[in-house]
Amino acid sequence: MDLFCLGLSHQTADVATRERFAFADHEIARCTAELRSRPELGEAVILSTCNRVEVYAAAPDAMAGFATAEAFLDARTPFQNGDRNALYRRDGAAAIRHLFRVVSGLESMVLGETEILGQVKKAYSVAAESGATSRHLNKLFQRAFNVAKEVRTKTGITRGSVSVGSVAVDLAEKIFGRLTTCRTMILGAGETSELTAKALMSRGAHGIFVSNRSFERAQMLAEETHGEAIGFEQWHERFDDIDILISSTSAPHMIVTPEKLGQAMRQRGNRPVFVIDLAVPRDVDPAVNNLDGVYLYDIDALQSIAAESMAIRRQELSECERLIERHVGEFWGWMLSAGMRQTAIPVNGVPIRSRAPQVL
Amino acid sequence: MHDRALLEASTFCFLLGFAYTMFVLGSGRFQPSRFNFGAMLGGFAFQTAFLVVRGHALNACPLTNLFEVLIFLSWSMVLLYFVVGTAYRLSLLGVFTSPLAFMFQTFALIAPLDSPPALRRRVLVQPWLETHAAISIIAYGAFALAFVAGVMYLVQERQLKTHRLRGLFFALPPIADLAVAINRLIFTGFILLTAGLLSGFEVHGVQMERNKIFWGIGVWLIYGGILQADKWRRVTPRRVAQLAVAAFSITLATLWGLNFIAPNGSL
Repeated sequence: MDLFCLGLSHQTADVATRERFAFADHEIARCTAELRSRPELGEAVILSTCNRVEVYAAAPDAMAGFATAEAFLDARTPFQNGDRNALYRRDGAAAIRHLFRVVSGLESMVLGETEILGQVKKAYSVAAESGATSRHLNKLFQRAFNVAKEVRTKTGITRGSVSVGSVAVDLAEKIFGRLTTCRTMILGAGETSELTAKALMSRGAHGIFVSNRSFERAQMLAEETHGEAIGFEQWHERFDDIDILISSTSAPHMIVTPEKLGQAMRQRGNRPVFVIDLAVPRDVDPAVNNLDGVYLYDIDALQSIAAESMAIRRQELSECERLIERHVGEFWGWMLSAGMRQTAIPVNGVPIRSRAPQVL
Repeated sequence: MHDRALLEASTFCFLLGFAYTMFVLGSGRFQPSRFNFGAMLGGFAFQTAFLVVRGHALNACPLTNLFEVLIFLSWSMVLLYFVVGTAYRLSLLGVFTSPLAFMFQTFALIAPLDSPPALRRRVLVQPWLETHAAISIIAYGAFALAFVAGVMYLVQERQLKTHRLRGLFFALPPIADLAVAINRLIFTGFILLTAGLLSGFEVHGVQMERNKIFWGIGVWLIYGGILQADKWRRVTPRRVAQLAVAAFSITLATLWGLNFIAPNGSL
């Protein structure tokens, strides 16, 4: 029995192509069962996310399996010019390696992101429930989940956050712990501040106050975030009630100064406050960071942390690959010992099949 | 087995925990691990065995000199870590506790603080005296742990202020949780110390030294002051962390000083 993978991803296809090939959630179980019913395929799993559409299968012959899976995709979404070039075909150790890399986030658009693990688990679970998996894919996917766990715990591939919003969330959690009791004020209803507020809300922050020079815009954003709009001149009156201040006004001068904030901090009994200054020119005087209990981050600081995290993740790549190679070798060894592979061509300790191209 | 051998084994366990901490700090992949917990558990088991053997030999609670006090203090600190670290999900507290336990015990082993077996005075067994001493030292164990949490708070706070987020940043707990832990540890220590001081008044037939009484009350006042200032929100959580570190450092330094002015080095 051979293992293979046929698919396309953000690395080989643009979003329009990916959209055409994507499977809706309700289709996946039916399509997986349909694919599995082809005599050329023994087992099948369909993975469909916004960044990739892939078919993993076990077949008596990989070449026949590729042809069947490709015909299935073509029948469902008739190929257009260039679609065939966007498809990659991997079999044997290369297919195993590919799945291990995908599930560990090494093939993701954002290196090391962890959402993909849940998506692969869901795809596998749907396939297993519809009876489309058996010995080979069960073993392969269980091993893949273990690999992903090991990669995440033994390397720094998921370390830190790589976007301004998620960096802000991480910092807020390191200041306040759980965000469920945190209240946020948005000063100046810009797009980045809105996204940052939404990222905080996704982790439990609530009680959003929106203050903007245009009260209408403040009301609009307040409605969107289930918050409360307040007049621009009154923002400091509600300072006692908040824990996080996101500022992104277009004011040409500093609107949050150490004098103003120092007094406000005394009034709020020295409870800490996280100030995120996304405005250029800046809204918050950098000297407020010297006040006890005030943690100020401007856009440069947040972007620099995100870039640092990405650099750390890139540094971890070789360690992740080393770990994955070990598991590929072990899994391949298991396949050989279980008599699933008739031949093997070991290269540098890891058997690689050469008859099928890695990417076409 | 000689009791000092037990103590050396315990100190070695804490050294392993300490060395592991240094290693993972250097590698930048800082995470609490079972290894550190295992080292702490081993160190605690040997500490307990030492105290049992020494207590059996003395036929009393082993708190007759500064050497034993330091070991008992280290034991209390580790015991409280197992209780508090689990309850407050501050497993990382152990990573910082093992170096402190290692330092206490190494100092106790190296410095000439222990009396030779032949010269160890027979202790007048007084239940109230032993209760007073044991509870007071456990209180100092809580203050020691507050010191550790204070150091963690200051490290994490500095990283947040300077925007330099090293590997340790991701492993350390949120400063809000650390602030709560410091407050609770000081409160626990304060209650225990109050009980320890009150039980001291029940001791009869033993001349209590004036210096020790004033020292005990002084420590009680310092920690009571920190708690009150925190309650009234007169100080920031950062200041509370600094005070927890300073108060314990002063307590430890004066405890050592007290040993020198105490007759026969007894405590």
